[in-house]
Amino acid sequence: MGQTLFDKIWDAHVVSSNEGFPDILYIDTHFIHEVTSPQAFDGLRARGLPVFRPQQTVATADHNVPTWDQHLPIKEELSRYQVDMLTKNCAEFGIELYGLGHPFQGIVHVIGPELGITRPGGTYVCGDSHTSTHGAFGAIAFGIGTSQVEQVMATQCLLQSRPKRMKIEVNGRLQKGVGAKDIILYIISQISAAGGTGYAVEYAGDTIRALSMEGRMTICNMSIEMGARCGLIAPDETTINYVKGREFAPKGEEWDKAVAYWQTLYSDEDAEFDSILSFKAEDIEPMITYGTNPGMGIGVTQHVPETASFEQKEQGSYKKALDYMGLHDDQQLLGKPIDYVFIGSCTNSRIEDLREVAQFVKGKHKAENVTVWVVPGSKQVQEQAIREGLDKIFDAAGFPLREPGCSACLGMNEDKIPAGKYCVSTSNRNFEGRQGPNSRTFLASPLTAAASAITGKVTDIREFLSEEVV
Amino acid sequence: MSTKIFKHIQTSVVPLPIENIDTDQIIPARFLKATTREGFGNNLFRDWRFDNDGNPKPDFVLNHPIYSGKILVAGKNFGCGSSREHAAWAIADYGFDAVVSSFFADIFKGNALNNGLLPVQVSDDFLKRLFEVIDADPHAEVEIDLVDQFIKIVKTGEQESFEVNPYKKACMTNGYDDIDYILSKKELVEEFEAAR
Repeated sequence: MGQTLFDKIWDAHVVSSNEGFPDILYIDTHFIHEVTSPQAFDGLRARGLPVFRPQQTVATADHNVPTWDQHLPIKEELSRYQVDMLTKNCAEFGIELYGLGHPFQGIVHVIGPELGITRPGGTYVCGDSHTSTHGAFGAIAFGIGTSQVEQVMATQCLLQSRPKRMKIEVNGRLQKGVGAKDIILYIISQISAAGGTGYAVEYAGDTIRALSMEGRMTICNMSIEMGARCGLIAPDETTINYVKGREFAPKGEEWDKAVAYWQTLYSDEDAEFDSILSFKAEDIEPMITYGTNPGMGIGVTQHVPETASFEQKEQGSYKKALDYMGLHDDQQLLGKPIDYVFIGSCTNSRIEDLREVAQFVKGKHKAENVTVWVVPGSKQVQEQAIREGLDKIFDAAGFPLREPGCSACLGMNEDKIPAGKYCVSTSNRNFEGRQGPNSRTFLASPLTAAASAITGKVTDIREFLSEEVV
Repeated sequence: MSTKIFKHIQTSVVPLPIENIDTDQIIPARFLKATTREGFGNNLFRDWRFDNDGNPKPDFVLNHPIYSGKILVAGKNFGCGSSREHAAWAIADYGFDAVVSSFFADIFKGNALNNGLLPVQVSDDFLKRLFEVIDADPHAEVEIDLVDQFIKIVKTGEQESFEVNPYKKACMTNGYDDIDYILSKKELVEEFEAAR
């Protein structure tokens, strides 16, 4: 019987497999950041252990960093302390740190791929659930807790039970104005925020195949939002072309050897999956979420579901979500006034996202009632955007280009959405208070966010697009 | 290094019949700035538990004097979202030894097990019965036995067995941890690296 892509990579990384025990899985690269690492470093000190493979550990500061005036000391004392602690820990344990001011600094899931550290066939972990992003390269990548961060620091391995395998196929041609973010929001809305729990999800089908690497990263990034352990997409020419020539990508003979191996990484035709789901690209509208988990999404022209359409035991939680959002049964979101637009996060802060938004907003201006933040995913993305003159387009549109970091995705740094305000956000979570206490989030694609910024209300991007565009 | 040992408990419980409780609710990101594992219990369910001025919200279950105990009973898909282990630390630090739900998110479940906090997954029907019994008698006690893998509503005798990974069970009942286990296999790791 054939093997799935997931199993090929997993098997190539099993150090030891014993009946009744989880496998000992070898980790190629461990990404760390300031929030989920300090207690792990303390654990190593308490055990008197070094970091076992510091050269396979990469650090950056992203969650706590301000996205304006980054050259100044971080104002918030606890944030500054946490970032300083990372610097101190990396120095003590011999780990390369791409901290504030470094040309490679950025959101951990943006810098790994753009530096060529993330590659097909590898295993990647980080104390951050959106590590699933790296699976876009045909790799196994998932988020871990701090005890596991310590485990990987101490041993370069992780004890893990093999998850089940799910294949999600998307075939067909996308409507104009519909992109990777809409695809993944649609899938999650169909299978729920728990529908992927316990599975490694391989995305396949011609719609997925046609996506750029950046689009594939957006898809894999949100695998965790349906509860999946990880998401992955078989590598192909698109993948290989993306990795080629990047800072830490293999070079010369090493490159040829690597590519030969990567070309073996696909699910065999007779490979068995525990679950297979299929979706049609034509069914996907520009998506928006209305509730307080990423599974609560609808096409932008649709209406919020009626409470009575849910099972009795689910109705309480549903009402709680609508109350929090200030919405009611059967409401249409289209045309609802908004207060903020956030374009950024590990889901949608790469150069293609910024180019797409810039192309759309060129010659337009944001509505007066809206504050817009455009936050690049990394220093390299920021500089590329400036080289291409996107910053000037953004400035003219009232969309200031900020500095790299997690920003308003998680309400941990200075960029918070105020209580009661509505934000159309390209990030990944609409949980209560996620973007700041009592903030209200509508998750959407970069294009939907940009169009909503221009009109000042929830907008169907398709209204702006002429037949020949996209 | 040893972790907390868990074998058996019997206590009253705290009901939280909400589904999809994500780790941002359990501990909001702005409280993740501490660099030690202690003290997160003070901010457990922070924005459900306290108003903007820091005053307890009387309608939230943790502020209700009638409910107490070492077991938290919650709706399905508990612990979804962010991988922050701080969520497990906050629940344990507050004083809970176990969380019962009909479904747990993967990463939370792993984090809980690594901190001596037992996630007990029960059937939808059993969860419904638990909420009904607690509703009728807030002091009703629940027994959880990890060694024999069962959960029981003491006054009615209703019980159900639950699953737990045998390795993690051995860790929790003996206080072992994963790092000790992998370090005991360190030569295999080095052989694996050399063979690549």
